[in-house]
Amino acid sequence: MTPMDMDYPALLPEVILLATAVITLLAGSFLPSRRQVLTRWFTLGALLVSAGSAWGAVGRPPTEIFSATYTVDGSTTAIRLIAPLATAVVILIGRNFLGSARESETYSLLLLATLGTVIVGGATDLLVLVSGFLLASIPLYALVGLSRTAHAAEATLKTYLMGALFGVLLLAGITLLTALGGSSSYPTLARGLDGAPAGAVAAGFVAVVVGLLFKAGGVPGHFWVPDASQASGTAVAAFLTTVPKVGALIALARLVGVAPTSIDLPLLVAAFAALSMTVGNLAALAQKNVLRLLGWSTVSQVGYLMMPVAVIGLADGASAALLAYLVLYTVTNLAVFAVVAALPGRPTLADWAGVATAHPWLTAAMIVGALSLVGTPPTAVFVGKLLVFTAAWDGGLAVLVVIAAANTVVSLLYYLRLIMGAFRGADTGTARTVVGRTEAASPAIAVVLGITVLVAGPLVLAAGLL
Amino acid sequence: MLSVVIFLPVVVAVVLAVARRTPTGVTRWVWVGTTAVDLTLTVLVAATPAADGTLQGEEQWEWMPGVGSSYHVGVDGLSVPLLLMSGVVFLVCALWSLRATDRPRPQAALFLFLQSSCLGVFASQDLILFFLFFDLSIVGMYFVIAGWGHGNPRRSALKFFLYTFLGSLALLLGFIGLYLGATPHSFDMVELSRSGAFTGAPWLASLVLAAIVIGLAIKTPTFPFHSWLPPAHTDAPTIGSVVLASVLLKLGTYGFVRIAIPMLPDAWRSWAGVIVAVGIVSVLYGALVAMAQTDVKRMIAFTSINHMGYVVLAVGAAGIVGSTSAQAQQLAITGAVTQMVSHGLVTGALFLLAGVFYDRTGSYDLRDYGGLARPAPRFAAFFAIASFASLGLPGFSGFIAEFQIFTGSIGTTWWALIALPGILITAVLLLRAFQRVFTGPTENLAQGFLDLRPRETVSLAILLGMSVVIGIFPAPLLAMIQPAAEAVVATLSP
Repeated sequence: MTPMDMDYPALLPEVILLATAVITLLAGSFLPSRRQVLTRWFTLGALLVSAGSAWGAVGRPPTEIFSATYTVDGSTTAIRLIAPLATAVVILIGRNFLGSARESETYSLLLLATLGTVIVGGATDLLVLVSGFLLASIPLYALVGLSRTAHAAEATLKTYLMGALFGVLLLAGITLLTALGGSSSYPTLARGLDGAPAGAVAAGFVAVVVGLLFKAGGVPGHFWVPDASQASGTAVAAFLTTVPKVGALIALARLVGVAPTSIDLPLLVAAFAALSMTVGNLAALAQKNVLRLLGWSTVSQVGYLMMPVAVIGLADGASAALLAYLVLYTVTNLAVFAVVAALPGRPTLADWAGVATAHPWLTAAMIVGALSLVGTPPTAVFVGKLLVFTAAWDGGLAVLVVIAAANTVVSLLYYLRLIMGAFRGADTGTARTVVGRTEAASPAIAVVLGITVLVAGPLVLAAGLL
Repeated sequence: MLSVVIFLPVVVAVVLAVARRTPTGVTRWVWVGTTAVDLTLTVLVAATPAADGTLQGEEQWEWMPGVGSSYHVGVDGLSVPLLLMSGVVFLVCALWSLRATDRPRPQAALFLFLQSSCLGVFASQDLILFFLFFDLSIVGMYFVIAGWGHGNPRRSALKFFLYTFLGSLALLLGFIGLYLGATPHSFDMVELSRSGAFTGAPWLASLVLAAIVIGLAIKTPTFPFHSWLPPAHTDAPTIGSVVLASVLLKLGTYGFVRIAIPMLPDAWRSWAGVIVAVGIVSVLYGALVAMAQTDVKRMIAFTSINHMGYVVLAVGAAGIVGSTSAQAQQLAITGAVTQMVSHGLVTGALFLLAGVFYDRTGSYDLRDYGGLARPAPRFAAFFAIASFASLGLPGFSGFIAEFQIFTGSIGTTWWALIALPGILITAVLLLRAFQRVFTGPTENLAQGFLDLRPRETVSLAILLGMSVVIGIFPAPLLAMIQPAAEAVVATLSP
């Protein structure tokens, strides 16, 4: 290990997140409850600074740091930008955090989970990966548990047990791969695995991939997603259906790049992709609870996101397609959750009656968001879908593209229900009496995000960022 | 200029959608004014000849260089007639709604949005742009049916959306196939239409063509993908039906001549027989099922399937290339485009007339009426004219279209003769319906039936008048289409 590798300044965005998490936690313990709001502004500022400091690496050639256990490249820069900014939006729409008994702790947990996600995405070493995995997972259990809703306890337990199970699986896979390849760092691991017995290598990769799918919320690691989405508050649900995915999918993409040709990892990923989109869509069809529906919808979106992962290295532009879809999906998902957060006290689709007349702007944002999740042009996810479909077909997975197209049609059924609920009947007014307006997120955030969804797709491509 | 034509309606739509306090009267006239201005601009674009080697009104801007897609619009003899026809239809819809009372402001905004998306499809020279407008038209129509329909609008709207969305996804798959099959990869329609642009294997070309044809066939619709059309028409509001039949169905048939034939000519030639067969079945099936209908809207919907069948027959027959068939192929393509224009005008008028039934009595059932000519003579006259135009009597645009389609198609394949009885059946069913409703003693709901109001008369006169003008002086329209038809046929020669 050469000392030249210890490039601490390159980790500035991660360091900022860690420091802020610690400071917020400590400050929260000393600040009186009416001053807790300071931690909110401090956290928001730090998240922006973290994202801003990541901007410096844009356009630089990829560098491996800390003996190639961590890599700063386009993907890492992307997650360093996406994760903090998405968390900032989550905090903005989380008006119910304000003045809650656990306000500063919530921010601290969000920061730690964000940090874990960034590390999962940037890691190019199996051991760093697992530490990031744990750092991203453990705060989630607490965040779900802090929600204090009727189902929170069950959801927490479920998430925790699932997390423990898949974490163990991940560790087992990592142990196996490290033993077979003689290294845990990706560049040397790839060389070491070349001659290793295919069966054992396959077992190791399957375990690691499945472990990461827990973080991504894809089949077979998806069981916690709908429960946790429904039981947590809207803001926390927005967080756990958006941010952890980004890291997990980038990590999966890196892993697929390492796999030796002796095993057909793309096929495995493609199979899980097909399963995720199908299971997520079919389950979402029957949902009446808005958050639960959105939870299942994210399971299906992971399926689409895994299409470019499967063809990393097989198709030009697979990596760019993945990053583009991640950015565009994140914006869209946050927009939809921001609308839901702006109209609290409407847990089921039936409660959305009359919203269209009472809140035309929010309804417009919801229409744009839902159509984007379907993948209708010109909204954001359409561009993402176009790119991933093209990449997957180019990589020889035309069958997967057909499955994805069929699933897109199915998804239309429930995304349209999301829209039409708002147009049904007159507002009964019950929702507003149950929950005070103070808990409602500002509609402006939802509308701004809705506009972003409308312009983001073409802009991302036109700017040639990816 | 062409971009202004495309985007003017949607800009006005946004203004109308945001300005919630606009008085209703202003809203209505803004709608009429916008469509009139837009139609004038379209005429200007059409009247400006193109420089050598370019398209009329061509504009190209970098948009997504990373994926080989640009903002590229431009029109030629295939698209100009359809742009003009769409402009007329949307203007008529605005006129028709001058007395509309059900949420007139959002309705005007929605139709202007729909107009932009439809014009965009006809003007696009980039597949992504084409797809974007294509999908937006589905979204717009969904809200028209779900929001302003009657009967069971949500169900019909959902069926419409699901079906056509499935079609558009098949289309998207086909577009991706075209993109990957071309070297260098590109979504540009002009590039892809150059001969030999698709370099993939023949079996791949066939698969891509299958995806595109299924996508377009659902939109057109042809047998066996038509089952979304009758409920969508029955439950749509009157002007929604008009736009659906007159403009949206053309997006499918236009795609055949604009995308499927020039971009995959070899595959098209190999499968031309199948397309011809689908066309013939659609012609006969549409006519026969239409004959069994008692609901006037369903009847017109099935005649649409019949009329679109002629177009599919013609484009299929154009793919059957012989040594001396070039002229027949050109006739078939010209006839197909003429039929699209003609069907847009005439079926638009028929759906407006069907709307009068519903407006006066709330019933579309032909059996509820009798002897209607006495209380509503103008209505009867227009219905008769529209029926004659629809069944392709000489003197109307439908005759010019169907004459060319049959001459051209039979010129390339004798099988086209099988479709001829379709004309006869359509004639029978339209005349039978006319007799049932308008002749005999005045009875049932026909009693006290209000005749056409002035704005209704004007709207119908515009549509049917244009059909007559094309029927009597077809030369300008045909001169517009012919060069483009020659270009399409040229790509088909092996």
